[in-house]
Amino acid sequence: MILTEFEWQTLLLSLKIAGAAIIFSLPVGILTAWILARCQFIGKSLFDSIVHLPLVLPPVVLGYLLLLTMGRHGFIGEWLDKCFHLSFSFNWQGAALASAVVAFPLMVRSIRLAIESIDCRLENVARTLGAKPFRVFMTITLPLAFPGILMGIVLGFARCLGEFGATITFVSNIQGETRTLPLAMYTLLQIPDGESAALRLCIVSIILSLVALFLSEMLNRWHKKKLTGSK
Amino acid sequence: MLNINVSKKLASFVFEFKHEINCQGVTAILGVSGSGKSTLINLINGLIKPDIGYINLNQETLVNTEKHVCIAPEKRQIGTVFQDALLFPHYRVIKNLTYGAKSLNSERFDEIVTVLNIGSLLNRYPAMLSGGEKQRVAIGRALLTNPQLLLMDEPLSALDMPRKKELLSYIDKLVSDLNIPIIYVTHNINEVKRIAQHVAVLEQGKLIDYGSTEQILQSNYLKEWL
Repeated sequence: MILTEFEWQTLLLSLKIAGAAIIFSLPVGILTAWILARCQFIGKSLFDSIVHLPLVLPPVVLGYLLLLTMGRHGFIGEWLDKCFHLSFSFNWQGAALASAVVAFPLMVRSIRLAIESIDCRLENVARTLGAKPFRVFMTITLPLAFPGILMGIVLGFARCLGEFGATITFVSNIQGETRTLPLAMYTLLQIPDGESAALRLCIVSIILSLVALFLSEMLNRWHKKKLTGSK
Repeated sequence: MLNINVSKKLASFVFEFKHEINCQGVTAILGVSGSGKSTLINLINGLIKPDIGYINLNQETLVNTEKHVCIAPEKRQIGTVFQDALLFPHYRVIKNLTYGAKSLNSERFDEIVTVLNIGSLLNRYPAMLSGGEKQRVAIGRALLTNPQLLLMDEPLSALDMPRKKELLSYIDKLVSDLNIPIIYVTHNINEVKRIAQHVAVLEQGKLIDYGSTEQILQSNYLKEWL
Protein backbone atom coordinates (compact mmCIF):
# COMPACT_ATOMS: atom_id res chain seq x y z
CA MET A 1 0.00 0.00 0.00
CA ILE A 2 1.67 3.24 -1.12
CA LEU A 3 0.65 6.27 0.89
CA THR A 4 -0.40 9.57 -0.63
CA GLU A 5 1.30 12.81 0.37
CA PHE A 6 -1.65 13.68 2.64
CA GLU A 7 -1.47 10.29 4.35
CA TRP A 8 2.30 10.58 4.87
CA GLN A 9 1.89 14.06 6.30
CA THR A 10 -0.84 12.90 8.68
CA LEU A 11 1.12 9.82 9.72
CA LEU A 12 4.35 11.74 10.38
CA LEU A 13 2.47 14.45 12.28
CA SER A 14 0.76 11.82 14.45
CA LEU A 15 4.11 10.16 15.18
CA LYS A 16 5.71 13.53 15.97
CA ILE A 17 2.89 14.50 18.36
CA ALA A 18 2.73 11.10 20.09
CA GLY A 19 6.54 10.88 20.30
CA ALA A 20 6.90 14.37 21.80
CA ALA A 21 4.06 13.70 24.25
CA ILE A 22 5.74 10.52 25.50
CA ILE A 23 9.31 11.89 25.59
CA PHE A 24 8.31 14.92 27.68
CA SER A 25 5.85 13.17 29.98
CA LEU A 26 7.94 10.02 30.63
CA PRO A 27 10.36 11.48 33.23
CA VAL A 28 7.43 13.04 35.13
CA GLY A 29 5.49 9.77 34.76
CA ILE A 30 8.37 7.71 36.20
CA LEU A 31 8.80 10.12 39.12
CA THR A 32 5.04 10.12 39.83
CA ALA A 33 4.90 6.31 39.64
CA TRP A 34 7.86 6.01 42.03
CA ILE A 35 6.26 8.43 44.52
CA LEU A 36 2.98 6.47 44.40
CA ALA A 37 4.75 3.11 44.72
CA ARG A 38 7.35 3.88 47.36
CA CYS A 39 6.38 6.95 49.41
CA GLN A 40 3.87 7.33 52.22
CA PHE A 41 2.55 10.83 52.90
CA ILE A 42 -0.58 12.66 53.97
CA GLY A 43 -2.84 13.30 50.97
CA LYS A 44 -1.48 10.39 48.92
CA SER A 45 -4.99 9.21 48.03
CA LEU A 46 -5.90 12.67 46.76
CA PHE A 47 -2.66 12.86 44.73
CA ASP A 48 -3.39 9.39 43.32
CA SER A 49 -6.92 10.46 42.34
CA ILE A 50 -5.69 13.64 40.61
CA VAL A 51 -3.09 11.63 38.64
CA HIS A 52 -5.79 9.20 37.47
CA LEU A 53 -8.45 11.86 36.80
CA PRO A 54 -7.79 12.07 33.01
CA LEU A 55 -8.64 8.36 32.82
CA VAL A 56 -12.24 8.94 33.88
CA LEU A 57 -12.93 12.50 32.69
CA PRO A 58 -14.42 12.90 29.21
CA PRO A 59 -11.60 13.99 26.84
CA VAL A 60 -13.64 17.02 25.78
CA VAL A 61 -13.65 18.21 29.39
CA LEU A 62 -9.87 17.83 29.51
CA GLY A 63 -9.55 19.77 26.25
CA TYR A 64 -11.71 22.55 27.65
CA LEU A 65 -9.72 22.66 30.90
CA LEU A 66 -6.50 22.87 28.86
CA LEU A 67 -8.03 25.70 26.86
CA LEU A 68 -8.86 27.56 30.09
CA THR A 69 -5.42 27.06 31.64
CA MET A 70 -2.91 26.64 28.81
CA GLY A 71 -4.64 28.59 26.01
CA ARG A 72 -3.32 32.00 24.89
CA HIS A 73 -5.55 33.72 27.47
CA GLY A 74 -5.33 30.97 30.09
CA PHE A 75 -3.55 31.84 33.34
CA ILE A 76 -0.60 29.52 32.70
CA GLY A 77 -0.61 29.82 28.91
CA GLU A 78 -0.46 33.62 29.01
CA TRP A 79 2.44 33.54 31.46
CA LEU A 80 4.37 30.97 29.39
CA ASP A 81 3.81 33.04 26.26
CA LYS A 82 4.97 36.25 27.96
CA CYS A 83 8.02 34.81 29.75
CA PHE A 84 9.25 32.07 27.40
CA HIS A 85 7.41 32.79 24.11
CA LEU A 86 5.99 29.31 24.45
CA SER A 87 2.52 28.90 23.06
CA PHE A 88 0.29 25.82 23.00
CA SER A 89 -2.58 27.39 21.07
CA PHE A 90 -3.61 25.80 17.80
CA ASN A 91 -0.22 24.20 17.10
CA TRP A 92 1.29 20.70 17.22
CA GLN A 93 2.87 21.42 20.63
CA GLY A 94 -0.65 21.94 22.01
CA ALA A 95 -1.77 18.65 20.45
CA ALA A 96 1.22 16.93 22.10
CA LEU A 97 0.27 18.48 25.45
CA ALA A 98 -3.33 17.29 25.12
CA SER A 99 -2.14 13.78 24.20
CA ALA A 100 0.35 13.72 27.08
CA VAL A 101 -2.34 14.68 29.62
CA VAL A 102 -4.73 12.00 28.37
CA ALA A 103 -2.03 9.27 28.19
CA PHE A 104 -0.35 10.19 31.51
CA PRO A 105 -2.42 8.00 33.91
CA LEU A 106 -2.08 4.93 31.69
CA MET A 107 1.67 5.34 31.64
CA VAL A 108 1.91 5.97 35.39
CA ARG A 109 -0.27 2.98 36.23
CA SER A 110 1.87 0.57 34.27
CA ILE A 111 5.18 1.92 35.64
CA ARG A 112 3.83 2.01 39.19
CA LEU A 113 2.84 -1.66 39.05
CA ALA A 114 6.33 -2.53 37.79
CA ILE A 115 8.02 -0.60 40.61
CA GLU A 116 5.72 -2.15 43.22
CA SER A 117 6.65 -5.63 41.98
CA ILE A 118 10.38 -5.04 42.61
CA ASP A 119 11.61 -6.61 45.85
CA CYS A 120 12.31 -3.63 48.18
CA ARG A 121 15.06 -5.67 49.80
CA LEU A 122 17.17 -5.32 46.63
CA GLU A 123 17.03 -1.55 47.06
CA ASN A 124 17.92 -1.97 50.76
CA VAL A 125 20.91 -4.17 49.86
CA ALA A 126 22.14 -1.50 47.46
CA ARG A 127 21.99 1.06 50.27
CA THR A 128 23.99 -1.16 52.62
CA LEU A 129 26.56 -1.42 49.79
CA GLY A 130 27.04 2.35 49.89
CA ALA A 131 24.66 3.52 47.16
CA LYS A 132 22.82 6.80 47.78
CA PRO A 133 19.05 6.81 47.08
CA PHE A 134 19.46 8.38 43.61
CA ARG A 135 22.02 5.74 42.58
CA VAL A 136 19.74 3.01 43.94
CA PHE A 137 16.93 4.39 41.78
CA MET A 138 19.05 4.65 38.64
CA THR A 139 20.88 1.31 38.95
CA ILE A 140 18.33 -0.98 40.63
CA THR A 141 14.77 0.37 40.48
CA LEU A 142 14.82 1.76 36.94
CA PRO A 143 16.43 -1.24 35.16
CA LEU A 144 14.23 -3.73 37.01
CA ALA A 145 11.10 -1.70 36.20
CA PHE A 146 12.10 -1.67 32.52
CA PRO A 147 9.30 -3.99 31.25
CA GLY A 148 6.67 -1.87 33.02
CA ILE A 149 8.18 1.35 31.69
CA LEU A 150 8.17 -0.13 28.20
CA MET A 151 4.56 -1.19 28.58
CA GLY A 152 3.72 2.30 29.86
CA ILE A 153 5.40 3.85 26.81
CA VAL A 154 3.54 1.56 24.40
CA LEU A 155 0.16 2.09 26.08
CA GLY A 156 0.74 5.83 26.31
CA PHE A 157 1.94 6.02 22.70
CA ALA A 158 -1.12 4.09 21.49
CA ARG A 159 -3.40 6.35 23.53
CA CYS A 160 -1.69 9.44 22.04
CA LEU A 161 -2.17 8.09 18.49
CA GLY A 162 -5.87 7.58 19.19
CA GLU A 163 -6.41 10.89 20.99
CA PHE A 164 -9.34 12.86 19.55
CA GLY A 165 -11.63 14.73 21.97
CA ALA A 166 -9.11 16.74 23.98
CA THR A 167 -7.07 17.59 20.87
CA ILE A 168 -9.98 18.89 18.77
CA THR A 169 -11.31 20.93 21.72
CA PHE A 170 -7.94 22.42 22.70
CA VAL A 171 -6.10 22.95 19.40
CA SER A 172 -8.83 22.42 16.80
CA ASN A 173 -8.42 20.45 13.55
CA ILE A 174 -5.84 22.22 11.42
CA GLN A 175 -4.37 20.45 8.39
CA GLY A 176 -0.59 19.98 8.74
CA GLU A 177 -0.56 21.35 12.29
CA THR A 178 -2.96 19.46 14.56
CA ARG A 179 -4.77 17.05 12.22
CA THR A 180 -3.61 13.67 13.50
CA LEU A 181 -4.80 10.27 12.18
CA PRO A 182 -8.15 10.18 14.09
CA LEU A 183 -8.88 13.81 13.26
CA ALA A 184 -8.06 13.21 9.60
CA MET A 185 -10.35 10.16 9.56
CA TYR A 186 -13.12 12.21 11.18
CA THR A 187 -12.65 14.97 8.56
CA LEU A 188 -12.74 12.46 5.69
CA LEU A 189 -15.92 10.89 7.04
CA GLN A 190 -17.60 14.30 6.98
CA ILE A 191 -17.15 14.73 3.22
CA PRO A 192 -18.93 12.76 0.46
CA ASP A 193 -16.90 9.82 -0.94
CA GLY A 194 -14.34 10.13 1.86
CA GLU A 195 -14.96 6.67 3.24
CA SER A 196 -12.33 4.80 1.20
CA ALA A 197 -9.64 7.35 2.17
CA ALA A 198 -10.72 7.01 5.82
CA LEU A 199 -10.42 3.23 5.53
CA ARG A 200 -6.84 3.58 4.26
CA LEU A 201 -5.98 5.69 7.33
CA CYS A 202 -7.71 3.09 9.49
CA ILE A 203 -5.37 0.40 8.08
CA VAL A 204 -2.35 2.66 8.67
CA SER A 205 -3.44 3.07 12.32
CA ILE A 206 -3.79 -0.68 12.80
CA ILE A 207 -0.35 -1.40 11.26
CA LEU A 208 1.23 1.32 13.41
CA SER A 209 -0.26 -0.11 16.61
CA LEU A 210 0.80 -3.66 15.69
CA VAL A 211 4.39 -2.54 15.00
CA ALA A 212 4.52 -0.74 18.38
CA LEU A 213 3.21 -3.81 20.23
CA PHE A 214 5.61 -6.14 18.35
CA LEU A 215 8.64 -3.96 19.16
CA SER A 216 7.66 -3.76 22.83
CA GLU A 217 7.26 -7.54 23.00
CA MET A 218 10.70 -8.05 21.42
CA LEU A 219 12.35 -5.67 23.90
CA ASN A 220 10.51 -7.32 26.77
CA ARG A 221 11.74 -10.77 25.75
CA TRP A 222 15.30 -9.50 25.45
CA HIS A 223 15.08 -8.06 29.00
CA LYS A 224 13.56 -11.26 30.38
CA LYS A 225 16.34 -13.35 28.81
CA LYS A 226 18.88 -11.08 30.44
CA LEU A 227 17.30 -11.56 33.87
CA THR A 228 17.04 -15.33 33.59
CA GLY A 229 20.49 -15.63 32.06
CA SER A 230 19.28 -17.75 29.15
CA LYS A 231 20.76 -17.32 25.68
CA MET B 1 33.38 -2.66 70.11
CA LEU B 2 29.68 -2.38 69.24
CA ASN B 3 27.74 -0.60 71.93
CA ILE B 4 23.97 -0.95 71.57
CA ASN B 5 21.19 0.51 73.69
CA VAL B 6 18.01 0.72 71.65
CA SER B 7 14.27 0.33 71.86
CA LYS B 8 11.91 -0.13 68.93
CA LYS B 9 8.18 -0.78 69.00
CA LEU B 10 7.26 -3.63 66.64
CA ALA B 11 3.87 -5.08 65.72
CA SER B 12 3.87 -7.85 68.37
CA PHE B 13 6.37 -6.65 71.01
CA VAL B 14 8.80 -3.92 71.98
CA PHE B 15 12.33 -4.76 70.89
CA GLU B 16 14.90 -3.78 73.54
CA PHE B 17 18.60 -4.51 73.35
CA LYS B 18 21.23 -3.11 75.69
CA HIS B 19 24.72 -4.58 75.58
CA GLU B 20 28.26 -4.22 74.32
CA ILE B 21 29.25 -6.70 71.64
CA ASN B 22 32.91 -7.56 71.30
CA CYS B 23 33.73 -7.13 67.61
CA GLN B 24 36.31 -9.87 67.30
CA GLY B 25 35.80 -13.13 65.47
CA VAL B 26 32.21 -14.32 65.15
CA THR B 27 29.42 -13.28 67.52
CA ALA B 28 26.23 -15.27 67.04
CA ILE B 29 22.78 -13.83 67.67
CA LEU B 30 20.69 -16.84 68.61
CA GLY B 31 16.93 -17.00 68.92
CA VAL B 32 13.80 -18.63 67.60
CA SER B 33 11.92 -17.18 64.60
CA GLY B 34 10.30 -13.87 65.48
CA SER B 35 12.58 -13.14 68.42
CA GLY B 36 13.90 -9.93 66.83
CA LYS B 37 17.21 -11.17 65.35
CA SER B 38 16.71 -9.55 61.94
CA THR B 39 15.43 -6.37 63.63
CA LEU B 40 18.76 -6.13 65.46
CA ILE B 41 20.68 -6.56 62.19
CA ASN B 42 18.58 -3.87 60.46
CA LEU B 43 19.03 -1.49 63.39
CA ILE B 44 22.81 -1.91 63.15
CA ASN B 45 23.00 -1.47 59.36
CA GLY B 46 20.61 1.47 59.43
CA LEU B 47 17.67 0.08 57.48
CA ILE B 48 15.51 0.57 60.59
CA LYS B 49 15.71 3.53 62.96
CA PRO B 50 15.24 2.94 66.70
CA ASP B 51 12.51 4.83 68.55
CA ILE B 52 14.90 5.61 71.38
CA GLY B 53 18.57 4.86 72.01
CA TYR B 54 21.99 4.79 70.43
CA ILE B 55 24.41 2.51 68.61
CA ASN B 56 28.15 3.19 68.62
CA LEU B 57 30.65 1.21 66.58
CA ASN B 58 34.32 1.62 67.57
CA GLN B 59 33.62 5.02 69.21
CA GLU B 60 31.71 6.26 66.15
CA THR B 61 28.04 7.14 66.70
CA LEU B 62 25.86 5.40 64.11
CA VAL B 63 22.58 6.54 65.64
CA ASN B 64 21.65 8.55 68.70
CA THR B 65 18.04 9.65 69.01
CA GLU B 66 18.79 12.09 71.83
CA LYS B 67 21.40 13.93 69.76
CA HIS B 68 19.31 13.53 66.55
CA VAL B 69 22.17 11.69 64.86
CA CYS B 70 21.37 8.96 62.35
CA ILE B 71 23.99 7.98 59.80
CA ALA B 72 22.42 6.71 56.54
CA PRO B 73 22.94 2.99 55.73
CA GLU B 74 25.18 3.86 52.76
CA LYS B 75 27.61 5.72 55.02
CA ARG B 76 27.93 3.17 57.84
CA GLN B 77 30.55 0.90 56.24
CA ILE B 78 28.74 -2.16 57.54
CA GLY B 79 28.35 -5.08 55.15
CA THR B 80 25.19 -7.17 55.30
CA VAL B 81 24.57 -10.62 53.86
CA PHE B 82 20.88 -11.46 53.80
CA GLN B 83 19.09 -14.80 54.01
CA ASP B 84 18.23 -14.97 50.29
CA ALA B 85 21.55 -13.59 48.97
CA LEU B 86 19.55 -10.91 47.11
CA LEU B 87 21.93 -10.52 44.19
CA PHE B 88 20.94 -7.95 41.59
CA PRO B 89 19.38 -10.13 38.87
CA HIS B 90 20.15 -7.76 35.99
CA TYR B 91 23.89 -7.62 36.64
CA ARG B 92 26.53 -10.29 36.06
CA VAL B 93 28.40 -11.61 39.11
CA ILE B 94 31.37 -9.31 38.50
CA LYS B 95 29.10 -6.23 38.46
CA ASN B 96 27.34 -7.47 41.61
CA LEU B 97 30.71 -7.86 43.33
CA THR B 98 31.98 -4.42 42.39
CA TYR B 99 28.68 -2.57 42.92
CA GLY B 100 29.66 -1.20 46.33
CA ALA B 101 33.42 -0.95 45.80
CA LYS B 102 34.32 2.75 45.75
CA SER B 103 37.82 2.32 44.36
CA LEU B 104 38.51 -1.19 43.25
CA ASN B 105 41.70 -2.60 44.67
CA SER B 106 42.57 -5.49 42.37
CA GLU B 107 44.67 -7.25 45.01
CA ARG B 108 41.78 -7.16 47.47
CA PHE B 109 39.39 -8.27 44.72
CA ASP B 110 41.59 -11.25 43.81
CA GLU B 111 42.03 -12.16 47.49
CA ILE B 112 38.25 -12.23 48.14
CA VAL B 113 37.50 -14.03 44.88
CA THR B 114 40.12 -16.67 45.79
CA VAL B 115 38.97 -17.12 49.40
CA LEU B 116 35.35 -17.54 48.28
CA ASN B 117 36.27 -19.55 45.18
CA ILE B 118 34.04 -17.57 42.82
CA GLY B 119 36.54 -16.84 40.04
CA SER B 120 34.74 -19.12 37.57
CA LEU B 121 31.38 -17.41 38.18
CA LEU B 122 32.30 -13.83 37.33
CA ASN B 123 30.61 -13.65 33.93
CA ARG B 124 27.40 -15.42 34.89
CA TYR B 125 24.05 -13.88 35.77
CA PRO B 126 22.64 -14.70 39.26
CA ALA B 127 19.90 -16.86 37.72
CA MET B 128 22.63 -19.25 36.54
CA LEU B 129 24.04 -19.85 40.06
CA SER B 130 23.20 -22.41 42.75
CA GLY B 131 22.05 -21.28 46.22
CA GLY B 132 25.52 -21.76 47.74
CA GLU B 133 27.23 -19.91 44.89
CA LYS B 134 24.78 -17.02 45.27
CA GLN B 135 25.56 -16.73 48.98
CA ARG B 136 29.31 -16.77 48.33
CA VAL B 137 28.90 -13.97 45.78
CA ALA B 138 26.72 -12.04 48.27
CA ILE B 139 29.45 -12.39 50.91
CA GLY B 140 32.10 -11.24 48.41
CA ARG B 141 29.93 -8.27 47.40
CA ALA B 142 29.59 -7.16 51.02
CA LEU B 143 33.33 -7.65 51.71
CA LEU B 144 34.41 -5.58 48.71
CA THR B 145 32.92 -2.47 50.33
CA ASN B 146 35.69 -2.83 52.97
CA PRO B 147 33.26 -2.99 55.89
CA GLN B 148 34.42 -2.57 59.48
CA LEU B 149 31.82 -5.18 60.44
CA LEU B 150 30.01 -7.92 58.53
CA LEU B 151 26.42 -8.79 59.44
CA MET B 152 25.08 -12.17 58.29
CA ASP B 153 21.33 -12.71 58.62
CA GLU B 154 20.72 -16.48 58.55
CA PRO B 155 22.87 -16.93 55.43
CA LEU B 156 22.55 -20.72 55.45
CA SER B 157 18.86 -21.17 56.11
CA ALA B 158 17.91 -21.51 52.43
CA LEU B 159 20.64 -24.07 51.66
CA ASP B 160 20.75 -27.87 51.81
CA MET B 161 23.13 -29.68 54.20
CA PRO B 162 26.17 -30.15 51.86
CA ARG B 163 25.96 -26.48 50.81
CA LYS B 164 25.69 -25.42 54.47
CA LYS B 165 28.88 -27.30 55.35
CA GLU B 166 30.65 -25.86 52.33
CA LEU B 167 29.65 -22.28 53.15
CA LEU B 168 30.57 -22.64 56.83
CA SER B 169 34.12 -23.52 55.79
CA TYR B 170 34.22 -20.32 53.69
CA ILE B 171 33.02 -18.28 56.70
CA ASP B 172 35.85 -19.83 58.75
CA LYS B 173 38.26 -18.62 56.10
CA LEU B 174 36.86 -15.08 56.26
CA VAL B 175 37.71 -14.88 59.93
CA SER B 176 41.13 -16.56 59.66
CA ASP B 177 42.37 -15.08 56.34
CA LEU B 178 40.62 -11.71 56.14
CA ASN B 179 40.27 -11.02 59.87
CA ILE B 180 36.82 -9.45 59.58
CA PRO B 181 34.51 -9.29 62.63
CA ILE B 182 31.16 -10.97 61.98
CA ILE B 183 27.77 -10.82 63.66
CA TYR B 184 26.03 -14.01 62.64
CA VAL B 185 22.28 -14.41 63.10
CA THR B 186 20.90 -17.92 63.34
CA HIS B 187 18.39 -20.15 65.09
CA ASN B 188 20.62 -23.19 64.62
CA ILE B 189 22.71 -24.19 67.64
CA ASN B 190 25.01 -26.43 65.58
CA GLU B 191 26.05 -23.43 63.46
CA VAL B 192 26.76 -21.49 66.67
CA LYS B 193 28.92 -24.33 68.04
CA ARG B 194 30.79 -24.54 64.74
CA ILE B 195 31.78 -20.90 64.15
CA ALA B 196 30.95 -18.49 67.02
CA GLN B 197 33.18 -17.34 69.87
CA HIS B 198 30.46 -15.29 71.58
CA VAL B 199 26.68 -15.67 71.67
CA ALA B 200 23.81 -13.29 72.41
CA VAL B 201 20.46 -15.00 73.01
CA LEU B 202 17.25 -13.16 72.10
CA GLU B 203 13.70 -13.96 73.11
CA GLN B 204 10.60 -11.86 72.34
CA GLY B 205 12.78 -8.87 71.44
CA LYS B 206 14.82 -8.98 74.67
CA LEU B 207 18.44 -9.98 75.27
CA ILE B 208 18.25 -12.81 77.77
CA ASP B 209 21.88 -13.94 77.82
CA TYR B 210 25.32 -13.00 76.51
CA GLY B 211 28.65 -14.75 76.92
CA SER B 212 31.24 -17.06 75.40
CA THR B 213 29.90 -19.94 73.31
CA GLU B 214 30.98 -22.60 75.85
CA GLN B 215 29.32 -20.69 78.69
CA ILE B 216 26.03 -20.15 76.81
CA LEU B 217 25.85 -23.75 75.58
CA GLN B 218 25.98 -24.94 79.18
CA SER B 219 22.86 -22.99 80.14
CA ASN B 220 19.76 -24.95 81.06
CA TYR B 221 17.32 -23.27 78.64
CA LEU B 222 19.58 -24.18 75.70
CA LYS B 223 19.75 -27.78 76.87
CA GLU B 224 15.95 -27.76 76.63
CA TRP B 225 16.19 -26.41 73.05
CA LEU B 226 18.67 -29.16 72.17
